[in-house]
Amino acid sequence: MAAFVFFVAAIGAIAGALGVVLLRDAFFSVLSLVAHLLSLAVLFLLLYAELIAAVQVVVYAGAVMVLYVFVVAYIGGEDESLSERLRGSGPVGQGLRAGAVVVGVALFTELVIAMLGTGLSAIHDRGAPYSPGPRTFGTPAYIGKLLLTRFLLAFEIASFLLLVAAVGAVVLAGRIATGRTADQERGAAA
Amino acid sequence: MNIAWYLPVSAIIFAIGAAGVVARRNPLVVLLCLELMLNGGNLALIAFARMWGNGDGQVLALIVMTVAACEVAIGLGMIVALYRRRIPVDVDELRELRG
Repeated sequence: MAAFVFFVAAIGAIAGALGVVLLRDAFFSVLSLVAHLLSLAVLFLLLYAELIAAVQVVVYAGAVMVLYVFVVAYIGGEDESLSERLRGSGPVGQGLRAGAVVVGVALFTELVIAMLGTGLSAIHDRGAPYSPGPRTFGTPAYIGKLLLTRFLLAFEIASFLLLVAAVGAVVLAGRIATGRTADQERGAAA
Repeated sequence: MNIAWYLPVSAIIFAIGAAGVVARRNPLVVLLCLELMLNGGNLALIAFARMWGNGDGQVLALIVMTVAACEVAIGLGMIVALYRRRIPVDVDELRELRG
């Protein structure tokens, strides 16, 4: 049963990833990424990472993707499809075709070699016994305790980073220095 | 379920994301492909956390998700700023970092 769920979720995750790269419209790319994130949350659940799976669905597939959808709707992200672009003649199409395929295949090969070459004995195993017991591994209480004890510094730095990013996003996307918004300026120019 | 099965999946997702970053032209889709790469890394982290029966990898995956959210906020802010200044939203046109 676990194997069946794993293969369905893994195929969904890989298909979603391919959809992000290959689909023509940026909006469909975002929807494909949502499908990818949901499949990945199923994989996290199979690995007993309950809190991470919930955060992935609620925060990532919920909040962050809504941000993407709004920006795509605002900008209207039209893009020529990857296949058209790769088939295109000239140095750009040729360089891209070579470059993207070489980067993808080389990275995958390197990662597989690294995995096979590690000699990790536990890699062909079902996993070590959980240190605090199977009922507490990956629960919000367990992760929260780790975050507030061993990883307190990382937790605080992450919260500060979020604050800086929020302020930076407001400054970047806010008003232009003249005091009027760009939409007003566009209206004045037209 | 064998832990080893999760690692090729994460490697495939990471490689697809890297190829997308190189090949796509719309900065929005480049950001989406960066998300794919981070997710591939997250899957490997959580698989290793399960392998050792230790929660450290899961905490690291949470921090990676926080950093990804920051990157999305800044990246989308830059794209909106580009659009408002009527600079073409296309990474081929953005070769120089002058405003």
